[in-house]
Amino acid sequence: MSGTALDPKTAPLFPIAAKTAMGDAQMRKNVRHATDVIQAKRARVVGEMPDWQELREAGRQIRQHTMENLDFYLEEFEKNCTRAGGVVHWARDAEEARRIVVGLVKASGSDEVIKIKSMTTEEIQLNPALEAAGIHPFETDLAELIIQLGEDRPSHIVVPALHKNRREIREIFKRKMNLPELGDQPHDLADAARVFLREKFLRVKTGVSGANFLIAETGGVCVVESEGNGRMCLTLPETLITIAGIDKVIPRYQDLEVFLQLLPRSATGERMNPYNSIWTGVDATDGPRGFHVVLMDNARTEILADEEARQTLNCIRCAACQNACPVYRQTGGHAYGSVYAGPIGAILTPQLQEMHHAQSLPFASSLCGACYEVCPVKINIPEVLIHLRNKVVKQKGLSAEALAMRVMGAIFLSERRFRAAQRLGRVAESPLVRKDGWIGWLPGQLGGWTQTRDLQEMPKETFRDWWERRGNDGN
Amino acid sequence: MVRVLERLGHTVEFPAGQTCCGQMHWNTGYQAEALPLVARFVEQFRGAEAVVVPSSSCVAMMRDHYPKMAAELKDEKLIAEVDALQPKVFEFSEFLTKRLGLEDVGATYPHRVTYHASCHGLRNLELGDGPMRLLKAVRGIELVELPGLEQCCGFGGTFAVKNADVSGAMLEDKLAAVLTTGAEACTACDNSCLMHIQGGLHRQKTGVRTLHLAEILAGEEVRR
Repeated sequence: MSGTALDPKTAPLFPIAAKTAMGDAQMRKNVRHATDVIQAKRARVVGEMPDWQELREAGRQIRQHTMENLDFYLEEFEKNCTRAGGVVHWARDAEEARRIVVGLVKASGSDEVIKIKSMTTEEIQLNPALEAAGIHPFETDLAELIIQLGEDRPSHIVVPALHKNRREIREIFKRKMNLPELGDQPHDLADAARVFLREKFLRVKTGVSGANFLIAETGGVCVVESEGNGRMCLTLPETLITIAGIDKVIPRYQDLEVFLQLLPRSATGERMNPYNSIWTGVDATDGPRGFHVVLMDNARTEILADEEARQTLNCIRCAACQNACPVYRQTGGHAYGSVYAGPIGAILTPQLQEMHHAQSLPFASSLCGACYEVCPVKINIPEVLIHLRNKVVKQKGLSAEALAMRVMGAIFLSERRFRAAQRLGRVAESPLVRKDGWIGWLPGQLGGWTQTRDLQEMPKETFRDWWERRGNDGN
Repeated sequence: MVRVLERLGHTVEFPAGQTCCGQMHWNTGYQAEALPLVARFVEQFRGAEAVVVPSSSCVAMMRDHYPKMAAELKDEKLIAEVDALQPKVFEFSEFLTKRLGLEDVGATYPHRVTYHASCHGLRNLELGDGPMRLLKAVRGIELVELPGLEQCCGFGGTFAVKNADVSGAMLEDKLAAVLTTGAEACTACDNSCLMHIQGGLHRQKTGVRTLHLAEILAGEEVRR
């Protein structure tokens, strides 16, 4: 995969991108293995929680309440963050957010930044914007570092380099860190990254982070992580710039009690994240002297306005739905053409594009419901997928498919037409039926079926015929 | 299904005006076409003591979406009728195990069989081990558990043609699982999954057949 950013505006349709992706056998093996491992870990630590369902429900209610009162909690956050010495900026869209961050980095007097893993900065393609302004960003999360050095793209929300295996990672490090003798054991790779990054942590004066939660009550920001690189980025620089979607706010400090149980268990299968950092404004004696928060909308208020799709914003980015999704597990993340892949990506991405792009994504699901089952805040993803499909169908207007659907709709409204259609079906299929009673080839879009499947001919006697022959029709 | 229910002493009626629950339209985004089918369903089944459906996904459609659809139509009478009918609608295995409290329905089926839990049966209807308990009580049956039971077969209605490659890859995994069981037949509570699995099994000339749970419980082999 090349280094071109994942952009829903230019990405190919999902079925096409999926076909290409599925041609990469090594990638599929890596994705299968990684999602199997995470799912097994998740199942273990979720299974040991007697109140998991109650926790999910609590998470759902807090998120729903927050979204219903988002304006209030955002202003509350701004007020309390400002009081603690932070500076809050508001960005309407990705473009404005990029401009603000670039301006803040320049004002900090640095031409380099160290970054904590942040999907929001991926969403707005911050790194290319920084580079265009002559600022070099260093990704410090191990997976993001692999992506950056490999000129690759993230394929998973929590484990962005999940599509790569150890040997592939070693090749990237060997080349980019000039370490011809590097081994492929996890500790070899971690050591190499540690040495490479340590120098950056100590040198670079400006840090950029995302946020897992913005706490309205205190004005604090929370980031959870596994490697400790985040803690470095949050404490060592002189200036810290945090960028977060407006959906990241939670009402109270106490609500972390719920989310810091739901998130790690769902995301990485850990009982607790190794590093949980919460910082509130600035402190004259320690940590960054300058602290900025950029609160970004970027279509989130549009999503909020759609009552049926609003629950999309409840997402806490754990990626459990990606690991559980049988579609994602076949294709990996890049096929979705967005930094948000898998089931949550299939509903979030087109909505972040205000339904102008990525319209094939809501159809990239068999509606099996595995995503809903594992979602820690009970987002009914299948329901939102169906809602968005309806939006796309309305948008597209009249098509061959719409016409066929309309005809079938009319057939289902009349017994007479239904009976006629059953008879007609047998006549229509007869040229395609082989001697053995099976169909091996279908025309047009239906041909998708016969790529890998046969279809049995319609029965000579329908249930209706049998029922009436039996003489039950008087019932 | 008719044979099983009659053998158990129930009177089966088939309202001739019934057609489709509307799932295909609804799930593909054609809500306008699906909406009138709610009223049609109510009209056809209004008087029934129990509505027994041999398809878990159709029941999921009625249970999960009909109330919302009726509300969308803002038809107070329909909303009330859907609510009243809801507790009388059962998926076939659910009717036997939950409504009638049965496990042994007097069936014989001397073959090696594996059971596929369809997604809607598993997650939306929470059928749990109901179908397996019914199968275990069948005389002569050799029941083999399907690995990856909770995995989708890749059908997903129009998904199977809109995303044929991904759907085919998911099916590939399911077929491999079926074949490892060495079963002669794969059964389920949903004909749509079965049509999908059967299509793959036939294409690959595996000789493994599919049949609905009701066909096994009817106790006679159905030639396919």
